[in-house]
Amino acid sequence: MGKEVSVTSAKKIKKSRDDKIFDFIMYTIAILLIIITLYPMYFIVIASISDPTAVSNGELLFLPTGINLKAYKELLGYAKLWIGYRNTILYAILGTVIVLVVNIPASYALSRKKLYGKKLFTFFYLIPMFFTGGLIPTYLAVKNFNLLDTIWVMVLPFSVVPYYIIVGRTFFNNSIPEELWEAAQLDGCGYIGFFFRVVLPLSKAVLAVIALWAAVGQWNSYFNALIYLRSEELQPLQIVLRNILISNQTISSMTTGAAAVEAKQMADLIKYAVIVVSSAPIMCLYPFVQKYFNQGVMLGSLKG
Amino acid sequence: MKTKEAHIDRKKNFRIGVRRSMPLYLLMLPSIIIFLLFTYYPMYGVVIAFKDYSPALGIMGSPWVGLKHFKQFFNSYQFWPTIRNTLVISLYTILVTFPLPIVLALLCNQMRAVKFKKFFQVATYLPHFISTVVMCGMIILFLSPSTGIIAKIVGLFGFTLPNLMGEASAFPHIYVWTEAWQHVGWDSILYIATLSAVDPTLYEAAIMDGANKWHRVLHIDVPALLPTATIMFIMRMGSVMSVGFEKVYLLQNTLNSSTSEILSTYVYKMGLISNQYSLSSAIGLFNNAINLILLVTVNQIAKKLSDTSLI
Repeated sequence: MGKEVSVTSAKKIKKSRDDKIFDFIMYTIAILLIIITLYPMYFIVIASISDPTAVSNGELLFLPTGINLKAYKELLGYAKLWIGYRNTILYAILGTVIVLVVNIPASYALSRKKLYGKKLFTFFYLIPMFFTGGLIPTYLAVKNFNLLDTIWVMVLPFSVVPYYIIVGRTFFNNSIPEELWEAAQLDGCGYIGFFFRVVLPLSKAVLAVIALWAAVGQWNSYFNALIYLRSEELQPLQIVLRNILISNQTISSMTTGAAAVEAKQMADLIKYAVIVVSSAPIMCLYPFVQKYFNQGVMLGSLKG
Repeated sequence: MKTKEAHIDRKKNFRIGVRRSMPLYLLMLPSIIIFLLFTYYPMYGVVIAFKDYSPALGIMGSPWVGLKHFKQFFNSYQFWPTIRNTLVISLYTILVTFPLPIVLALLCNQMRAVKFKKFFQVATYLPHFISTVVMCGMIILFLSPSTGIIAKIVGLFGFTLPNLMGEASAFPHIYVWTEAWQHVGWDSILYIATLSAVDPTLYEAAIMDGANKWHRVLHIDVPALLPTATIMFIMRMGSVMSVGFEKVYLLQNTLNSSTSEILSTYVYKMGLISNQYSLSSAIGLFNNAINLILLVTVNQIAKKLSDTSLI
C-alpha cells in the first residue's frame, strides 16, 4: 500500500516536471513569436518620430531618439495623401453597401427550398469560382461599358462575390427556422416581406461579417485602381502609398536643395510616417470588430 | 397520349414554379445583371485568345488565328521561367504557411495563462491587417543594405547584409517568409476553434493515464486537427498555379525578375503594358485552364474524403 502511494507520487512529480519543461519551452517560443511579430511594427512607429539621421545610422533600436514630428507635418501638407484617404473611404462605404445589396438578397433567394431552378442558379453563381475570363477580357468589358476611370469601376463590376453568397446562404439555411417561414406565410407574408421584416433583422451577424470583409477588401485593394483608374483625383490610398513607398515618389518640399543624403533620410522618415498614418485607423478599429472577424472565419468554414 | 399529358404537366409545373418564384428572381436580379455584364461577358470575350484582336474591329470582327498566340507563348523563352517561378513560389508558400498555423494553434491551445493567451492571439493576428502595399514598403525599407533595420541588427553581430531585394535567388525566401510573418497568426484561428471543440473529458482521461502535455498534444490535439487540416491542404493545392499578383508585382524589380516573373505579372505586362491583348488573353486562358483542372480534381478528392466540397 505505502509502496503504491510512493510510486504514484513519483509519477506525479515526474509528470509535473515534464509539464514544466513543456510549459517553459512553449512560453519561450510564444514570447519570441510575439517579439518577432510586434517589433517591426513598433520600430516603424518609433522611427517615424525620430531624428532621420539617427534612424539611418542604426542608432535606433528600442527607444525613439530626437523626437520630432517633421515627417507628419510634411504629410499633413501633402494633399494627394488626403485625397487618397477620402477616395478610399468613399469606395469602402459605397462598395460595402453595394456588396450587401447585391449579394445578401441572392443568398436569401438561394436558401429558399422552393426556388424554381435552384440548381441552375447555384451553378450560375458558382461557375466563376472555377473559371473567369481573365484580365484582358474583363478589362475590355469594363472599357466597353465606359466605366474606365470612373468611381463606379471601383465599387460595381466586382461586387458579386460567390463566396459571400455561399456564406450568406449557409447562414440563412442554418439559422432561420423553416417554421418561421411557415408562420409568416399563414400571416400572408410573401418572400420579399419575409426577407425584409424577418430575415434581415435576424441576420445582423452575417451582415456584419460580410460588410467587414468588403470594407477591409476595399481598404487594401490596389489592383483594380492600378488597372482601371488613370486620373489622379480618383486614386485610392493604396496607390498613393505605392507611389511613396515603392516608386519612391518624392513628396517633401524640404528635399529640394538639401544634400542628397539628407533628402534620402527625410524620404525614409516620411515612409515610416506614411505607414503609420495609413495603417493606424484599421489597427485601432480591429480590437472592436475582432468578434466579427472570428465569427467570419467560422461562417466561412461551414460547409455550403 | 400519356407522354403528351406529361409534357403539358411539366409545362404547367414550369409556369407555376416560375410564377411562384418571381419575387425570388427579383431579389437575384441585381447580382445576375452584374455577373452577366462583368463576369460572363468577359468569359465570352476570351475568344480573343484565338483571334488577332484589334480595338477597331472589336471582339466579333477580329480575324481568327487559331492557336497562334498559345504557340507563341509556349515557344517563347519566358514560358518555362514563368511557370517555374509560379510553381516555386506557390509550393514554397504552402510548405511554410500550411503547417505553421497548425503548430501555432497547438501552442495556443496549451496556454493556461488566459491573459497571456489573449495577448498572444491579438499580437499574432495584427500583421494580417497591414495592406499589401504597406507590407511591401516595409520589406523594402527593412531590407535596405545601407539604412534598413535588419542590416543594422545583422551588423551588430559583425555581418554585412547583401542587397537582398536585388538578389534573384533571395526573392522566393523574402516572399514566403514575409507571407508567413503576416498571415500565420490569422490562419491559425480556424485550427484554434477546432481545438476548442475537443471534448475536455478526453484530456481528463489522458491525465488519469499519466499522459503529460506533450503526449496530449500528440495523441489528442493532432488527431483532432487532422480532418480540417487535410481539407485545407487539398484546397490549397487546388490554387497552386494561381499566385496572387499584388505582392509579387510590388516586390519585383529588374534585378530579381528572373525569379519573380510569374504568370499573373506576365499576363499584366503583356496585356496592359505591351498592349498585346490577344497574347495576354491566351496566357491567362492557359493559366485558367490549369487552375480549373486542379480545382475540380481537388474538389473531387475532398468530396471523397469528407463530404466537404465547394459545391
